[in-house]
Amino acid sequence: MSILHWAIFSPFILAILVPLLYKRVGRIHTGWFVLVLPVLLFIYFFQFISVTSMGDSIRENVSWIPTLDIGIDFYIDGLGLLFALLITGIGSLVILYSIFYLSKEKEKLNQFYVYLLLFMGAMLGIVLSDNLIVLYMFWEFTSLSSFLLIGYWNEREKSRNGAQKSMLITVFGGLSMLGGFVMLGLMGGTFSIRALIAESGSWTSHSLFIPAMLLILLGAFTKSAQFPFHIWLPDAMEAPTPVSAYLHSATMVKAGIYLVARLSPIFAQIELWFWIVSIAGLLTLCWGSFFAVKQTDLKGILAFSTVSQLGLIMSLLGLGAAALHYDGLDDQLYMAATVAAVFHLINHATFKGSLFMAAGIIDHETGTRDIRKLGGLMTYLPVTFTITVIGAFSMAGLPPFNGFLSKEMFFTSMVNVVNLNIFDMETWGYLFPAAAWIASIFTFIYSMILLFKTFTGKAQLDKLEKEPHEAPIGMLISPIVLAALVITFGLFPNILSTTLIEPAVSSIQPAADHLHVHISFWHGFGTEVWMTIGVIVLGILLYLSLSRWNSIYHIVPERFSLNALYDSILKMVNNGSGFIAKAVMKGSIRSYLIYIFAFFILMMAFSLYHKGAFRMNTENTAPIGVYEIILALVMIIGSISILFAKSRLTSIIILGAVGYTVALFFVIFRAPDLALTQLVIETISVALFLLCFYHLPKLASRKEERMTFKLNNAVISIGVGLVVALVALSAQSQKFFAPISSFYLENAYKEAGGKNVVNVILVDFRGLDTMFEIAVLGIAALGIFAMIKLRLTRGNK
Amino acid sequence: MFDLILKIALIAISLATLCLVYRLVKGPSMQDRIIALDTIGINLIAIVALTSIVLDTYAFLEAILLLGILAFIGTIAFAKFLEKGEIIERERDL
Repeated sequence: MSILHWAIFSPFILAILVPLLYKRVGRIHTGWFVLVLPVLLFIYFFQFISVTSMGDSIRENVSWIPTLDIGIDFYIDGLGLLFALLITGIGSLVILYSIFYLSKEKEKLNQFYVYLLLFMGAMLGIVLSDNLIVLYMFWEFTSLSSFLLIGYWNEREKSRNGAQKSMLITVFGGLSMLGGFVMLGLMGGTFSIRALIAESGSWTSHSLFIPAMLLILLGAFTKSAQFPFHIWLPDAMEAPTPVSAYLHSATMVKAGIYLVARLSPIFAQIELWFWIVSIAGLLTLCWGSFFAVKQTDLKGILAFSTVSQLGLIMSLLGLGAAALHYDGLDDQLYMAATVAAVFHLINHATFKGSLFMAAGIIDHETGTRDIRKLGGLMTYLPVTFTITVIGAFSMAGLPPFNGFLSKEMFFTSMVNVVNLNIFDMETWGYLFPAAAWIASIFTFIYSMILLFKTFTGKAQLDKLEKEPHEAPIGMLISPIVLAALVITFGLFPNILSTTLIEPAVSSIQPAADHLHVHISFWHGFGTEVWMTIGVIVLGILLYLSLSRWNSIYHIVPERFSLNALYDSILKMVNNGSGFIAKAVMKGSIRSYLIYIFAFFILMMAFSLYHKGAFRMNTENTAPIGVYEIILALVMIIGSISILFAKSRLTSIIILGAVGYTVALFFVIFRAPDLALTQLVIETISVALFLLCFYHLPKLASRKEERMTFKLNNAVISIGVGLVVALVALSAQSQKFFAPISSFYLENAYKEAGGKNVVNVILVDFRGLDTMFEIAVLGIAALGIFAMIKLRLTRGNK
Repeated sequence: MFDLILKIALIAISLATLCLVYRLVKGPSMQDRIIALDTIGINLIAIVALTSIVLDTYAFLEAILLLGILAFIGTIAFAKFLEKGEIIERERDL
C-alpha cells in the first residue's frame, strides 16, 4: 500500500468514522471534519502536476486477486490527475457549501457525509484505476452512492423515484460496460488499461472488438446522461443541491466522459467510434439545450443544460478521434477538438458548480426554485446575482469568461469537420457545425432565462415562502471561488494549458507528443467569431420573443416524451412479467406436471433421434415362457383397468393385485428377498390407501365417477410410456461393459461371510446406502407423527 | 414328463389368475373383487410353489408363508373396511 492507495481509500476510511464523529461531537457540524480530507487530497494531488506536466506518470500496484489478473493498480497521468483535481477541488467546495446548506438540527448529516465520502472515494478510484475490473468496482460504487444521495430525503416520493430511475439506468449501463471490459480482457489477455493501450493495434479486427466498444459506450453514455439515457439526470435533481452540484454537474456524469477519453487510444482506431461518439454527443447537445428552455425549475434548467454540455464534450471527444484517421502530418486540426473537450470539461465543472450553488442559495433564501414565482431578486441577493451572471454568461459562451473560449474552440472543431474528405463531407458535414450552432443559440436562451427571469423584473414577494435576503457568507464562499476561477480561466487560459490540458490530451491522444496548446483569447475574424455573433444576436431576439414561440414545446404532448417511454417500458416489463408468470405459473400441479413430462418427452425423443441412439437387439434376451406372458397380461389388464375403474375402492384393489403380480415376477426372476419385501409393502400400502379413502371428505359435490378423458393428458402419458420403453430397449440392446455382479457372486462368502448375496450387498458391500435409507424411513415416520400430532389450530399460530 | 406337468400346472394357474383378474375388474360388487383378490393371493402361493420346484430352490418358501399371512390379513382388512368403514378402530374410551 503506497501513499496513493491510502489517499484513494481515505474517503472510505473517513466514511466509517463519520457516524462516530456525528454521535460524539454533536455540537460541531460534521461537515467541518469531512472538509479536511478533500482539501488535503487536493493539495496532495496538486503536487503531481509537476510530474505529469513533464509527461511522466506514476504507477502504484497492490495485488488483490493475482490469479485473476486483478490488482488494485493506480495510475496517475494527465487525464487521471485532471479528474482527481476536479473531484477533490470541487468536493472541498461542495462540502464547505453543504455545511451551510444543510441544517445541523434537521438533517441526517451522518448519512449525508457517509454517502458523499463513499462517492468521492469511488470517483477517485474510477479516474485513477489502471485495472478495468477495479474501475468497474468503483464505477458501481458511484452508482450506489449516487442512488443513496439522490434518495437522501427518502420520505419524499419524488426522491425515491428519481433514485430508482438513476439506479436502473446507470446500473444497466454499468453491467453492459462490465461485459465490454471482459471482452477487452479476453482480447488483450490483461485487464490493465495501460497494457491494453500499448498493444491495442493488433486486434482491431477481432470479432469481439466492436461488441466490446458498443457495450463500453453504452456504459459511458448512460453514466454521462447521453441521449436517450439522459432522462435520469433531470429526475436526480430531487437530491440536495450540494449533491446536484457535485455529482450531477462536475463529477459523476463526467465518469462516462472520462471512460470515453481513457479508452480513446484503443477504440478510436476504427472509424465507427468517431461516428458514434460524435453523433451521440451532438444529438445530446441539441436535445438537452432545446428542452432546457422549456423548464421552469432552476435545477431542471441546469440539469438539461448539463446534459447538453456533456453532449458537447462527448462530440468533441468523438471529433478528436478523427485525428487518428484524417489529420495531415502537421496540421493538428482534429487534435484541437480534444484540447477543446478537455478545456470545456474544466470550464463546465467550474461554471456549472457555481450555478448549481447559486440555485441552491436562491432555493434556500426564497423557498422556491420555480422561475415563474421568482423575479427581481437582484437587489435582494446581489452577490448571488453576480455569481449567476458570471456563470450564466460563461455557459452561454460570452467573453470574457472561460465558456467563451471553449465555445470558440468547439466551433473551430466543428467547422473543421467540413474539411473531412469522407462520405461527401463537404455537403453532409455542414450538419455538424449547423447542429452545434443551433444548440448554442438555445444554450444562450436558457442561460438568459436562468439569469433574467430570476433576478430582473418585478419581485413577487407575496408568492415566496420567505422574505428573500442574502445568504450567509459561508454559503457564498464556494460559488465565489468557482466564479473567480471562471474569470481567471477566461482571462488567463494558458495557466491551464501546460499544467493540465497538455498532459490530459496526451493521455487521450498518445500520438500527440509534440503538442503545444496555446489558447489565444482573440484569433482574428474567423468563421467561428461570426458564428458567435450570430448566436448572440439570434439568441437575444429569440429570448425577447420567447412567449410567442414557446408554444412549440406543447406540439408534442407529454405522453410521447422519453420519460413517458421509460415509464411505459417499466410498466410493460412489470405487467409483462406478471402476465407471463400468471400464464405459466397457474398454481395447479397438473399444468406443472404437463410441463415436466412434455419437456421430458421432447428432450429424450430429440436426443434419441438426433444421436441415432435407438437400437433393437434381441441376441442376448432370454426365451419368454407362457406363464410370463399370462402374468404380463394380468399386469397390463390390471393397470389399464385402474384407469377406467368407476370407484376408487376398485382402483385400490386392482392396484393391490398389480402389486402382488409384481411380487410374482420377482419370484419368477429369482429374487426372493425382493418378492418378500414387495408383498409386505404392497399390503401395507393398500391398507394406507384404504385409510386415505376412508378419510375423504363426504362432500355432496364429490361423486364417485370415472376419470374424465383429456386428449393432451392421454397424448403425454402415451408419449412418456413410449419414450421410456424406447430408452429401455435401446439401453438393453447395447451393453458396453460386463456387469460387476460376478464380483459379488464370487466374493460374497469369501470376503463377507454370507451366502445371501443380496443381503451381503445391502449391509456389507454397499452398507452406506442402507444406512441412509433407514434414515429416510426414520424421517418419514417422524414426519408423519409430527404432521398428525403437531396440528396448530388456527387461533394458535 | 414331470417338467411338462409342472408347466401345464403353471399355465393353468396363470389362466385361473387371469380369470380372477376379469372378476376383479368386472366384479359387480366390492365383495366379488375382494374374494377375487384373496383367491389371486392363494393362486400366487401355488405359482410360487410350482416355480420353486421348477427353479429347484428353497429360497421362496418364506414367500409362500408370507403370502398366506398377507392374503389373510389383506382380506380381513378389506372385509373390516366394508363392514365398519375403517380398519383400525380407535379406542374411544381413552
